[in-house]
Amino acid sequence: MRNSMRESLRRVRSFFRKRELDEDLKDEISSHIEMAVEENLKQGMSAEEASRQALVRFGGVEQAKERHRDARGLPFLDTLLQDLRYTFRMLRRDRAFAVIAALILGLGIGANTAVFSVVHTILLRPLPFANPQQLVWIASPPTKCGFSCETYSADAFEEFRAQNRSFQDVAGYYAFSTEDNYRLTGRGEPVPATGIYVTRSFFQVLGVRPSLGRLFTADDARKGSHPVALLAYAYWKRQFAADPEIVGKAIDLNGQPVTVIGVLPPNFDFGAVFAPGEKVDLFTPYVLDNWRNDGNDLTMIGRLRPGVSLPQAQADANLVVPQLYFNTKYPNSKGFYKTVVVTPLKQYVTGRLHRPLIVLWSAVGLILLIVCVNLANLLLGRAAARSKEFAMRIALGAGRRRLIRQLLTESLILAGVGAALGLGIAYAITQYLAHQGSIALPLLRDVKVGGAALAWTVLIAVSAAVLFGLLPGFRISGINLQEALKDAGPGMSESRRHERMRGVLVISEVTLACVLLIIAGLLLRSFLHVLDVDLGFQPSHAAAIKVDYNDGNSAAKRSVIFQRILAHIKAIPGVEAAGIVDFLPLGHNRNWGAVKVKGKLYRQGEAPSPLVYVITPGFFRAMGMRLLAGRDFSWEDSPSAQKVIIINEALARVLWPNGNALGQIAIAGGGEKRVIGVVSNVHETSIEGAAGWQIYYPATQAEPDYAELVVRTKLPPDTLASSVLRTLRQLNPNQPAAAFLPIQQIVDHAVSPRRFFMLLVTCFAALGLILAALGIYGVISYSVTRRMQEIGIRIALGATPGNVQLLVIRATLRLTLVGVAIGVAASFGVARLIASLLFGTSPFDPATFTAIVVILTSVALVAGYLPARRASRIDPMSALRAN
Amino acid sequence: MSREKLDLLQGTLDLMVLRTLVAMGPMHGYGIARRIEQVSGNQVLLNQGTIYASLVRLQQRGLISAKWGTSGSGRQAKYYSITRSGRKRLAAETENWERLSAVIGRLLATPEEGR
Repeated sequence: MRNSMRESLRRVRSFFRKRELDEDLKDEISSHIEMAVEENLKQGMSAEEASRQALVRFGGVEQAKERHRDARGLPFLDTLLQDLRYTFRMLRRDRAFAVIAALILGLGIGANTAVFSVVHTILLRPLPFANPQQLVWIASPPTKCGFSCETYSADAFEEFRAQNRSFQDVAGYYAFSTEDNYRLTGRGEPVPATGIYVTRSFFQVLGVRPSLGRLFTADDARKGSHPVALLAYAYWKRQFAADPEIVGKAIDLNGQPVTVIGVLPPNFDFGAVFAPGEKVDLFTPYVLDNWRNDGNDLTMIGRLRPGVSLPQAQADANLVVPQLYFNTKYPNSKGFYKTVVVTPLKQYVTGRLHRPLIVLWSAVGLILLIVCVNLANLLLGRAAARSKEFAMRIALGAGRRRLIRQLLTESLILAGVGAALGLGIAYAITQYLAHQGSIALPLLRDVKVGGAALAWTVLIAVSAAVLFGLLPGFRISGINLQEALKDAGPGMSESRRHERMRGVLVISEVTLACVLLIIAGLLLRSFLHVLDVDLGFQPSHAAAIKVDYNDGNSAAKRSVIFQRILAHIKAIPGVEAAGIVDFLPLGHNRNWGAVKVKGKLYRQGEAPSPLVYVITPGFFRAMGMRLLAGRDFSWEDSPSAQKVIIINEALARVLWPNGNALGQIAIAGGGEKRVIGVVSNVHETSIEGAAGWQIYYPATQAEPDYAELVVRTKLPPDTLASSVLRTLRQLNPNQPAAAFLPIQQIVDHAVSPRRFFMLLVTCFAALGLILAALGIYGVISYSVTRRMQEIGIRIALGATPGNVQLLVIRATLRLTLVGVAIGVAASFGVARLIASLLFGTSPFDPATFTAIVVILTSVALVAGYLPARRASRIDPMSALRAN
Repeated sequence: MSREKLDLLQGTLDLMVLRTLVAMGPMHGYGIARRIEQVSGNQVLLNQGTIYASLVRLQQRGLISAKWGTSGSGRQAKYYSITRSGRKRLAAETENWERLSAVIGRLLATPEEGR
């Protein structure tokens, strides 16, 4: 063992002392030969014969030296260095090729690494919590009635937590917080902040440990205890300049001193997991006793006991949930929660994205394939040019294995450069994505090129190198020496075989590009359909700002405040309409239970539970909604006047199928309400889903949770931002500098995941198209070069430039159409797989298929036209003279 | 049998070199090559140049050592001598070789089947 180690060390040393040792050996050999000559002379040979015999007996001097080197040094490394030197020399000489190949590879590998980083972060990696496989989401199965039907009341939560046998602990957060729901004062102008109530053990259940201070305790969540808060790491850094002494200090939230008890760790991002695209600044304890009468407002997240499986937990929940009381004060509220679904938290957070991400991953894999085919094609082209060089090397004694090794070294070097470039590209892309707050994808903020992505990059780079390097390698090692070395360059049959192979490669490129383009086309068309959806409101030219107000829970006072605000806002030049609502569409929502027609009997669960909005007069106009019948609310609908509601078309149709909703009396919100209007359906929860039931109460008669002031203007909303805020500040100095959010942005946010996938796939498809065009151009251009003489003869015999162009174009078209035909056929299969990702678009959408075929063929024709033009301009004299 | 020279078995050359050095004391490459040729009665196929790969290999393994010196005729030459671990190895390899050749001998002595 020690010996072999010593030998290895000596070999390494010899490797680095090559020149010295070679010199020594040279001396030794010449001394050897001299001694041999001397002895031969003594035996009576002539001087000439003596030295000849000596050399013959010695054998090949160079061979002896080579063996000596192999025996003493690191022959493997020697060869490698030689290959590398040779590769770099070759790439330097052929700079254009090297740059193009590295660029293509860089794009392909970069796209793959970036997408892998996204897929890894969102799909493959466990959630960033302790033992995340134990975490589950507990909720009723999804229904039409929004968040309120997926959450639990304080009583139900408490009972479930006590009665279950499967969970170590159950925690939750308040599901109805909206952005900028807090006002931080005491440091200059009031600033908005987003806070969320979480149950006492929320962070303990997730396994999050604070960076500073401590988490909530039972005392913090007791009614009447001193208010405390935990800060998100980013908020602590941004708002409090990472004050290391923050723990124990009091901050002013909504005019109340709140003690900061800790700072959460940097890797905990509530928004990234539970509310994609939103940022949450601080957390306060959810005091159960304050919410007993509030209804469903808590989500439930459980941590399974060790050894408890998901089906066991589901079975346990199935037993416990139906026994829960909605409100323990009302015995008949037992059995309110009928069914429950226990989902792994990971699946709840990212389950929807599974299929789109897999499609994205496959699309980017197709790109890599196209890149490989393209490079194989380029290398084959070079192989033709280098066949003489390789034939020469074979003739000089290089083994075929050695040549393939040399070629693989070349492709590995290219792939290495490409991978380095690709990593740079991927880094830029992931950085960009991670800072796109506007894309509503969970965990996207955590995306970065990590260790796994690095490993993936190396893997794909090496596989790509082998893939595109081996093919030309085998072709070259099969070179026919005789033909290759002939002066006329590659022989006819040889190059024809070559061309056929390149043709096959181009066809496969076109096929792959065609599939990608069709997928992209279908996604693009779906996206356009989504944008065309009638949302029920006009998102453009409107913006909203969260308004701070203090009505002391008096509807009359609130009415006065709101009237004053709206009067002042409407007086701002450029404002067309203004109104107030408590929840903006496509964001949070809630419902207040079933709405019934007065006098009609419903079976349990039969009456619809619409989403509830509390609004002021003028809101519909500000939002651009259409009043289909009846009238808007007015300020005369005062607390003492008759209670009124407005319902949407969908709810009207369910309650009064005969279409006579106007003027009817409904039982809603705990009393009789007269329907005074019917408005257009609004896509409240999602753009792609069907619009649900909605009910509107006047803010003068019902209590809103928040006040979002919606302003409609002809001007770009941004230009109004400062004057609106200034007006609000004049009326209420406590008004925080909340964002003046264009409504269009809310819509953009809602479609952002679809836009994200569509854009990426479209980019990949465009890249595929360019690569395919490059491939076509390369092959056609090569065949024109090869057929120079033939074309020259044709022209000399009277072929017009038009004839020649047609000849070349026909060849182009043949390749393209075969590729397109296979691509279209393959797309029929692939499109079925992505059918669930499409919206309002058939997977076999004829318009898309036709458009893609036309685009692909036109691009191919352009790629073929350039060499065709060159061919038609061949000067027959010089073409025939060459060679 | 044929008059062709025997091809060298892998590793046998190393063994021969070690044995030669024990027999002759410090010696240069040419001397070792000549000695092997003479002892084998020119039965062994040996390009004299081959010996240098063997010499450097043995040297790397610490079985022989080398030093430039002057030959009897006043010529500069590199002299190799066997080290202690070289002698030990030679002893071990000799025993191995004898065992192996005995086995081969017995094997070749078995009668041919059938005919």
